[in-house]
Amino acid sequence: MSKRVLEILKSRFGADIYETHSQFGDDTAVVNPEKWLEIAKFLRDDPQCAMNMFVDLTAVDWLGRQTPRFEVVLHLHSFERNHRIRLKARIGDDDANGVEIDSLVSVWIGANWFERECFDMFGVHFKGHPDLRRILMYPEFVGYPLRKDYPADKIQPLVELRNVPDKLPPFGLDEGMPFGRQTHDYPRGEETN
Amino acid sequence: MTSGGAGTTIQVLEGSETGFATTKFDALLNWARKYSLFQYPFITACCAMEFMAMASPRFDMARFGAEAPRFSPRQSDLLWVVGTISQRQAPALKRIYEQMADPKYVFAFGTCASCGGFYDNYTTLAGIDKVIPVDVYVPGCPPRPEAVIDGLLLLQDKIARGDRTPAIVKPRRDPTVQAGNLVRLGKKSTAT
Repeated sequence: MSKRVLEILKSRFGADIYETHSQFGDDTAVVNPEKWLEIAKFLRDDPQCAMNMFVDLTAVDWLGRQTPRFEVVLHLHSFERNHRIRLKARIGDDDANGVEIDSLVSVWIGANWFERECFDMFGVHFKGHPDLRRILMYPEFVGYPLRKDYPADKIQPLVELRNVPDKLPPFGLDEGMPFGRQTHDYPRGEETN
Repeated sequence: MTSGGAGTTIQVLEGSETGFATTKFDALLNWARKYSLFQYPFITACCAMEFMAMASPRFDMARFGAEAPRFSPRQSDLLWVVGTISQRQAPALKRIYEQMADPKYVFAFGTCASCGGFYDNYTTLAGIDKVIPVDVYVPGCPPRPEAVIDGLLLLQDKIARGDRTPAIVKPRRDPTVQAGNLVRLGKKSTAT
């Protein structure tokens, strides 16, 4: 349905559209991160695209599987034309240098909190964002928890934890239900709290 | 006059033929305490639905003297922690606990409050007893109102006995008995 949008993008931006695919009605374009803001503005303003609804923005960490390591994913929808598109931009190297991309707040104001969340969880820096702070985690939190190199068992408590020697039997030091940790390897923190 | 629960019976007032009744002051005080639990509900997650069921007429928490929720910790003596507590909320929870006047009791409602439940990650506190002492744990996701009533009776019993050690409401069926029927997860060797 919205394959036409991909055609328009390809004819307008040419080599800056790295690859496209359409599967199950979802149309995806991987674009040059340098042109991220320009493409977004074009998609909103072009009368044939008319992407007037910002749906979602998030990131994926492909550590060890793909370089550039991070993929910023943007979903858009047009109420006028009733079509959708997904944009991806790949940024950052394996040591998480250069994880930055243009902010889309000037294009869709709704992008504000999504970009803050993406910054909070993945440490993607959005250039030109008006207020790039953590949104879910507390300001004292160090690191970015959804990066694949964040230790799975690392917690950063705000208050000192009680050390209770006489725990009841069902609640040991390794309490909780670490189902995933039994079957998967995971990056471990230096200290296990 | 007797008060009981969980199989034990404690004699609070002893009548006599002369028209006098004798008791120990502590026993009388504890008896009064256990039937006037003013609660502070610290409700954060889906267990709140079961808490509402508990408080509503079908299960009727008011039967046990735990009727009036106080929305100030300074006026309450039972803290219900209902739901998942995140690391970010832990200082607030601790502060509320510290504001309560003695004697104060804490009720961990549901698996998340008891031990973190299946949230095993950077954001969730693995059980509120990491931050504040707990009197009664009620596991369940969410616990049945019957289990919560069991926990409330257990707490009343503990108050009557002056016992502050933590207690757990036992599941109706022991999971270890049924362990053979469960799917076994292949455990990787933890030697690294």
